[in-house]
Amino acid sequence: MDMFLPPIRGTTPTVNKMADKMVNKTRRPAPMPILEFQNVSKIYNNTTTALTDVSFSVDEGEFVSIIGPSGSGKSTILRCVNRLVDATRGEIIFDGHDINRANKKELRQVRKKTGMIFQHYNLVDRLSVIENVLHGRLGHKHTLTGVVGYYTEKEKENAFQILAKLGLTEQAYKRCDELSGGQKQRVGIARSLMQEPRLILCDEPIASLDPSASKVIMDHLSVINKNMNLTCIFNLHQVDVALRYSKRIIGITLGKIVYDGPPDQLGKEKIHEIYQSSEGELITDVG
Amino acid sequence: MLGKNQTFVNQTPLNQTSVFVKRKRTFTLVFLGTLALFLIAAAATNYDVIGGFESIPKAIGWLAKNFVPNAKAWSRLPDILTKLAETALVSVAVTVCAALGAFFFSLLSARTTKVNRWIGRGVRIIAAFLRNVPDIVWAILLMFSFGQNILTGFFALFFATLGMLTRTFIETIDEVSVACVEALQATGATYLQTVFQGVIPSSLPEIVSWVLYMIETNIRSSTLIGVLTATGVGAMFDLYYKRMDYSAASLVVISIVVLVIAIEIISNQIRKVIM
Repeated sequence: MDMFLPPIRGTTPTVNKMADKMVNKTRRPAPMPILEFQNVSKIYNNTTTALTDVSFSVDEGEFVSIIGPSGSGKSTILRCVNRLVDATRGEIIFDGHDINRANKKELRQVRKKTGMIFQHYNLVDRLSVIENVLHGRLGHKHTLTGVVGYYTEKEKENAFQILAKLGLTEQAYKRCDELSGGQKQRVGIARSLMQEPRLILCDEPIASLDPSASKVIMDHLSVINKNMNLTCIFNLHQVDVALRYSKRIIGITLGKIVYDGPPDQLGKEKIHEIYQSSEGELITDVG
Repeated sequence: MLGKNQTFVNQTPLNQTSVFVKRKRTFTLVFLGTLALFLIAAAATNYDVIGGFESIPKAIGWLAKNFVPNAKAWSRLPDILTKLAETALVSVAVTVCAALGAFFFSLLSARTTKVNRWIGRGVRIIAAFLRNVPDIVWAILLMFSFGQNILTGFFALFFATLGMLTRTFIETIDEVSVACVEALQATGATYLQTVFQGVIPSSLPEIVSWVLYMIETNIRSSTLIGVLTATGVGAMFDLYYKRMDYSAASLVVISIVVLVIAIEIISNQIRKVIM
């Protein structure tokens, strides 16, 4: 297991330091690839091809958005990283390890180092906000301490600090089903930060939110990316949002990468190619 | 485009009339068919329609005379209540035991939490079998091995309840906890952690609600099974009825009804609080 956990930038950040980093800028280390896809293919049930020979690599600290039409394989890419979906072929190297070959124990290590944020928040609605945030620690715990929901004082303090940073202090003891969509998504972010992840996967994080809540969420994630140097990979439907926030765009069509580069080089024609549409058929063409 | 619209408009009234005509024809045919069946059945069984209706007031009169609890019947009330309590407690015990087993089985079989496809399928088949054999049939079958015993009733109800609850729990788990199970798995939580921190908290109210419903149902069924297995309040009713002590028998019925209504009111209150 130790072999699987290389020291991160000299020292492993403690629980408290993690929360501080959300404000204090830390020194940027030289970027190195944290995630690599090498000729990854995914075929569902031997019939539906979701991904064909997808290759790309993401450096530590990058803010990448994957755009593409529904059913083009965006979600499959993200879910292959933490093996919620198993890739059919190819290698996925996360933090120096081929995760397709990881056994059960190693897979748990991968998952606890990758946070995930969902379109529908995927919280346990009947539990309180703080309990949901603490769920982020389950991967770090012994099965039984997790089963009975025992968390250390330090973990609880850290959870409250993260909630404060996300402006949810007053909601800490509320049940999650009392929250608005934007608040629920912030709980989702807090839960993934509790994992002390090295990578955050965001699967349509703002697809169910109104424009102002969407901005709050994107701003928080952008700040987290900059201040904590935390790698973020997004699936986005909103091309304008992807262009504004990310430093790199991956365009995907029918399971193949058709664009990989900075947002300013992504012209209108390329966008139409990604969405396989002609001039005037996209919402981005309006106005 | 315009041509398409026109044909659409022209066809609509035609279609509508034909639909109404069809429906009327169906109703008439069904009515005539039912009437014919009734007449044939009445002729075959020598059923006197007028005489049948005439006997209704007489029957009510007889019921009023014999089935109103008298003083002698009331003196049996303590005995009846003891047996009633026994029946009710057995039903509660059965339902709770079956619920524990059903939760375990449903975890093995629900899409979100199953460990293995074949185990899941096996559990579904077993549950379907247990559920589709009526509890009375279970009681008759089990009487051969256990005899007229309270254990017979217990197991008869247990199997039927286990089958029913397994199925409803599977549906509840798949309906309520798909999203949070995915999220907890993504944090690196183990199987048991996912169950205890995700599945149980999100599905508990539904599960409790189903358990309360099964307790109500089982109190009703257990009185019937009690007649067969000579235990509990069902046996009491059987005894009085066969002795032609109708007023005591009716007191048994009344006390069962009161208990069932009381349980229903209580469980509705509990549901309101937990939902």
